[in-house]
Amino acid sequence: MKFIDHTKVLQKMKPRLAANLVFKFVFMAATAFALLVLGILLYRVITQGIGYLDWQFLQGLPSRNPEQAGVKTALIGTIWLMGVVTPVTLLLGVGTAIYLEEYAKKNKFTSFIQVNISNLAGVPSIVFGLLGLTVFVRALSLGTSVLAAGLTMSLLVLPIIIVSAQEAIRAVPKELREASYGMGATKWQTILRVVMPAAIPGILTGGILALSRAIGETAPLVVLGLPLFLAFLPKSVFDMFTVLPMQIYNWTGRPQEEFHAVAAAGIMVLLTMLIIMNSIAVFIRNKFTRRY
Amino acid sequence: MAIQETSKHVSIKELIEKKKQSKNKYIRSEKIVPFILLLTAIISVLTTIGIVATLLAETFTFFTHVSITEFFTSQKWYPFSETQGSFGILPLISGTLKVALIAAIVAVPIGLASAVFLSEYASDRTRRIVKPILEVLAGIPTIVYGFFALTFVTPILRDIIPALEIFNALSPGIVIGIMITPMIASLSEDAMSSVPKAMREGAYALGATKLEVAMKIVIPAAISGIIASIVLAVSRAIGETMIVAVAGGSTPNLSWDVTSSIQTMTAYIVQVSQGDAGYGTTIYYSIYAVGFTLFIFTLLMNLLAQFISKRFREEY
Amino acid sequence: MNTTIVKPENLAAVNGMGNQDAKGIVYRTKELNLWYGDNHALKNINLDINENEVTAIIGPSGCGKSTYIKTLNRMIELVPDVKTSGEIEYRGRNIFQKGYGVEELRTKVGMVFQKPNPFPKSIYENVAYGPKIHGIKDKKILNQIVEKSLKGAAIWDEVKDRLHENAYGLSGGQQQRLCIARCLAIEPDVILMDEPTSALDPISTLKVEELVQELKKEYSIIIVTHNMQQAARISDKTAFFLNGEVIEYTETDKIFSNPTDKRTEDYITGRFG
Repeated sequence: MKFIDHTKVLQKMKPRLAANLVFKFVFMAATAFALLVLGILLYRVITQGIGYLDWQFLQGLPSRNPEQAGVKTALIGTIWLMGVVTPVTLLLGVGTAIYLEEYAKKNKFTSFIQVNISNLAGVPSIVFGLLGLTVFVRALSLGTSVLAAGLTMSLLVLPIIIVSAQEAIRAVPKELREASYGMGATKWQTILRVVMPAAIPGILTGGILALSRAIGETAPLVVLGLPLFLAFLPKSVFDMFTVLPMQIYNWTGRPQEEFHAVAAAGIMVLLTMLIIMNSIAVFIRNKFTRRY
Repeated sequence: MAIQETSKHVSIKELIEKKKQSKNKYIRSEKIVPFILLLTAIISVLTTIGIVATLLAETFTFFTHVSITEFFTSQKWYPFSETQGSFGILPLISGTLKVALIAAIVAVPIGLASAVFLSEYASDRTRRIVKPILEVLAGIPTIVYGFFALTFVTPILRDIIPALEIFNALSPGIVIGIMITPMIASLSEDAMSSVPKAMREGAYALGATKLEVAMKIVIPAAISGIIASIVLAVSRAIGETMIVAVAGGSTPNLSWDVTSSIQTMTAYIVQVSQGDAGYGTTIYYSIYAVGFTLFIFTLLMNLLAQFISKRFREEY
Repeated sequence: MNTTIVKPENLAAVNGMGNQDAKGIVYRTKELNLWYGDNHALKNINLDINENEVTAIIGPSGCGKSTYIKTLNRMIELVPDVKTSGEIEYRGRNIFQKGYGVEELRTKVGMVFQKPNPFPKSIYENVAYGPKIHGIKDKKILNQIVEKSLKGAAIWDEVKDRLHENAYGLSGGQQQRLCIARCLAIEPDVILMDEPTSALDPISTLKVEELVQELKKEYSIIIVTHNMQQAARISDKTAFFLNGEVIEYTETDKIFSNPTDKRTEDYITGRFG
């Protein structure tokens, strides 16, 4: 006895294929929409900001007059921030990753650290601001200094670099380690001379991603109380400073249209920095990706 | 020849022997290094402890100024009024959830549709080009999205809905939705791509169309990863700060109205931080109470996402 | 050209025993070539496959036998960068013809894969999936189809009490027979089997082989195997593939007792592969 009538199946095939085609275009349109938004966003920022983006803008101090406003203090401030975040996150992040991948025993404490890291990655950035305000700004009396902000940002992006460093270390084949042990090398020698060199491209890529997150963040710094407007440059890590996103936030908040254009120019500077950093990350990833 | 080799061999042995004395140094570092590394690992635990302790302690102080009942039941959040000050967090929660809901309405369909397109329909080449672009979209600083919401999306929306205020829930909600779309798309695509090819082949061999394979085989098989990605993205929307601080306004109110000015938990913290609320005032402590509430919200959602993806992980 | 094509008209004469009358042809392959990128995987294949027979395809790994069977229902197109030339006629119609829907072809040509690949659903839903997508919604009919298909795949007695349990709880051999049942549920004309027993233990293998013998009464079966004994046990005709070419294609009895080509003999006697 036959239950399936193949001519009927064939008749029903047309609407099914039509549905498939329609949905294919719907899915494609959704993807295109996401890309289109990116395009519009960049187009808007560039057309608005290009008129203000010149040498004077990069050199200028903040000003009440949009024509004279510049990003010098904020740009230098962002570089100072990178100067603190880079060594702190690399040291803490890579250290943690080596510990977890090479030394930690598979026990409850280790899995607790691991779960803790992934939860930390999900904590809103503004909460890190509250932590920084209490611990670094007030308890350690660092004020709204480069150091206080840098340490806060380091803790914020730490999970990013830990996870990518762990992945990079895990990707180093066991055979390489065994070869090193086989010649009588100690564990630390093996890690330092065999594992690390092989893992460094991955670690650097993760480090750059973490750093670009740190220089784009605004919320924690607002909570720390960084000034929105600063006319002088920091001379040491203990000095007050401001950064690009804060400056952009300040300009965006002004009612005058002209300042929105200045904000757009500031965004162009920030995005340019991020694009350069990401390009370096992509370059490192492509250049040094070894296939074992 | 043979003699030479043995002599060489001996000399290497000697060298190693000599080195062994200095190797004590290595042995010492062998013991110290793991300890130092453990300390760095503990920093991440200390960060969590620091966050919880800070929030708990300051929130506790806050509750010596304001009663817990008022905080959770009062429907008014008027912190700056000296005479009729009221600290009821519900309006802030309502603002936060409104924005997160709008974001989810935008991001879930677009994100999932993109994920299906990338994992089931797109060619390898398209996928290799589109996925990194989506990641770029996810990497744009939130202040840039805030600027975009205020100077582009809000004016367009005001043309469509004349009653829309300059600051409103709709515009930041939509823009946060755009911001979290790549997250849903990328994580869901990962979940769909990890559904084994053999399972798709089984369905194709029965004469299923791509749509049927996607809807009836791939999505059900990847559902835990998909739901986890949505929960994570909504958690991100709840914690998002700069977009709502720039485009959402600072008028806490308890309603479902999306056209008027609102305030979210995060935007309130920003408002106080920028103001001149002195250290030790009730307002100063209130940002910790609000921050703690926010922390609990996002923590619960993150734990939920982890639970879903672990508990319901498909074993193929 | 070493290909030996036995034309169907000659077949009855050649194969005197068992075959009552000349059989129809389900698949006729003409000058089929296939490339993965630059890799020429199938070279000038000419092959006619009879209905209600078991046709075995044997050959060493990488000889193109799996590629060929996957071309018969165009599953090969899921691999990126595949090009074909030539024709495959299924029931007189070229499957590469423009407008010939793959879905349509695959409702008539079922497939069983190397590794059992049940869906992560219940046993019942696995079997009902095909009929459901093809528009059968009546619960009663679905129940009948599920029972008939599971019986047809000789697994009904083992699973009838747990139809709504997840298919992943079955053993590998049971999963493979479930996959056969899933394929029977759409009442195909041809069943393609791509090394269906390579992941199974000997007892499960035996069950599947017995099943194939049973199924050939109703279906035309094409089976890829690298197990020569299996081909000898269950097939009516055998094609020997080597480096993307058909070296010899004839009655199974003949190919194993008296191969014409030296390379076939070498392979069968285990000198390579």
